[in-house]
Amino acid sequence: MPIQEGTYGLLAEFDTPTELVLAAQAAYAAGYRRMDCYTPYPVEEAAEAIGFHRNNVSLVCLIGGILGCCAMFGMETWVSVWGYPLNIAGRPYYSWPAFVVPAYEWTILFAGLSAAFGMLAMNGLPTLYHPLFNAANFRNGASSDKFFLCIEAHDPKFSLTESREFLARHRPLSVVEVEY
Amino acid sequence: MATKDVKVNDPMVDPITGEGRVLAPGHTFKSVTEKISRIVLTPHTPIGWFAGFLLASSVASLVMIAVTWLFLKGVGIWGITQPVAWGFAIINFVWWIGIGHAGTLISAILLLFKQTWRNSINRFAEAMTIFAVVCAGLFPLIHVGRPWLAYWLFPYPNSMNVWPQFRSPLLWDVFAVSTYATISVVFWYIGMVPDLGTLRDRSKSEFGQYIFGLLALGWRGSSRHWMRYETASLLLAGLATPLVLSVHSVISFDFAVAVLPGWHTTIFPPYFVAGAVYSGFAMVITLAVPIRTFYHLEDMITLRHLDNMAKVMLTTGLIVAYGYGMEVFMAWYSASHWEFFMMWNRMFGPMGWSYWVLISCNIVIPQLMWLRSTRVSPLKMFLLSFVVNTGMWFERFVIVVTSLYRDFLPSSWGTYKATRWDYATFIGTLGLFTTLFLLFVRFLPMIPMSEIRMMLPQAKVNPESEAVHEAGD
Repeated sequence: MPIQEGTYGLLAEFDTPTELVLAAQAAYAAGYRRMDCYTPYPVEEAAEAIGFHRNNVSLVCLIGGILGCCAMFGMETWVSVWGYPLNIAGRPYYSWPAFVVPAYEWTILFAGLSAAFGMLAMNGLPTLYHPLFNAANFRNGASSDKFFLCIEAHDPKFSLTESREFLARHRPLSVVEVEY
Repeated sequence: MATKDVKVNDPMVDPITGEGRVLAPGHTFKSVTEKISRIVLTPHTPIGWFAGFLLASSVASLVMIAVTWLFLKGVGIWGITQPVAWGFAIINFVWWIGIGHAGTLISAILLLFKQTWRNSINRFAEAMTIFAVVCAGLFPLIHVGRPWLAYWLFPYPNSMNVWPQFRSPLLWDVFAVSTYATISVVFWYIGMVPDLGTLRDRSKSEFGQYIFGLLALGWRGSSRHWMRYETASLLLAGLATPLVLSVHSVISFDFAVAVLPGWHTTIFPPYFVAGAVYSGFAMVITLAVPIRTFYHLEDMITLRHLDNMAKVMLTTGLIVAYGYGMEVFMAWYSASHWEFFMMWNRMFGPMGWSYWVLISCNIVIPQLMWLRSTRVSPLKMFLLSFVVNTGMWFERFVIVVTSLYRDFLPSSWGTYKATRWDYATFIGTLGLFTTLFLLFVRFLPMIPMSEIRMMLPQAKVNPESEAVHEAGD
């Protein structure tokens, strides 16, 4: 990752989720796109406001589940028919009803792991550093009781003075500039 | 549920619905965060915690001693013999796994049903699941006789060119339980990530910031992250639900697939699952009642929680009762001589006392939960939870031992008597479970802060009212 310098963005702090959502909606209407809301619990309306409507976690989960099912069923079939055929009370080598149970478990195992780790990967986590943590008020409030809107500097419409004025119009507790 | 014994001005009762509150009024985002994170972040560990830890870990050392002796001498130190080759180890395994199931039920099934009251008990119920699975997993491992070769259970390419036999329910069990353990840990950890972020931000000590910072994975509460996180949580809940039902079903297959009278029945899967939930909720109550008193969490783990959990227990208890009834009925209706004898022997044979302990602990005494006064009394529910878990332990004892010790041929009949090593291992796991739980309560947030914040009235976004408010400015 190249070393980045300068301003990461402008961070506005709000007291209530409603104020945050209104500001985010206004920012989206004003043409800002590279921005994000930060809340201490999931606020669906905030994600909607910044134009984030769907995510691909379910797709990753589905693919993982199918892979897990095929992997286990395939392995069971290979082991029982070719790899190490055992005659158990004259039952067929390819006893597919018995293979369903482990295949079912691995469907869930792979789907669950894909959903969890896929979610983390798509979120870009784990990450050891993020410029937002340079803002003291962010560290104090974002994970407990304050609501933040950050307009990022690489948004084409971003301008330090105009964006600051724009944010100030929505009655934030504070607007701070965040450095990389 | 407005009844006469409810005080009119009780702040813990919602005046509109007349139901007990899930969360005491007057909490803010800050107070919730403070209250829960303080338990973890305080530098002053309560003396009571140390007392509990000392007691629990000394009991846990029993399991270390018992297992060491077992490894030196072999499974002959236990009471297992022919015909009862499955003794305490399997009883305890099924009992512990069953206890774990309530955690998954609370975290997954109640999430899917949007039962928000579950939020405050969800995290520690999940922790309970994991610790119960740890205790459960120990038993089959030490029961295999040569535990250092337990990895042979897994299919892997080896120089012996031998593969496991996938038509055996015992192997299904390996996959069911390992999947269950993995998914439970992942679900629990993922659920904790935002709270670990909170602890990272609030920790005063360098060490705490460092550790919680690593564990929080860099969580910053971005709304994009939250949306993916919510999807992943829902998916995990949706996956854990069929998983939890399958795990105890697969465990019941260990019995039901055998041809032994008393084991060979199709009712086992549903009735095992109901029994698991029954005993699991009892264990949640066993843990919740002392915790809410000790840490003064009465405003988050409320009487409404006890009431609801008691109702779940009552329901699952009745399903279990139906299962017992059906077993007796089928013994008669099947017209099988062996089934009939098995049931008679179970009730009136030399070990008949265990059947009646089971019936009174699991069916008769829990009927007290029909009374609201029982359901909202922490002390009564605490005592009742012990009764139910004793009953559930005896259920597994009855299933394992009384089916095995007198099967088809009278010449091969025998008896079963547990040795002191059996008891030491079992009691030791109780200590191990408590030790792990005490460590969890001290070092990790036991109530999910982000989910409690979501339940507060001020968490709702209401752009309409704000717009009006703004226009009036």
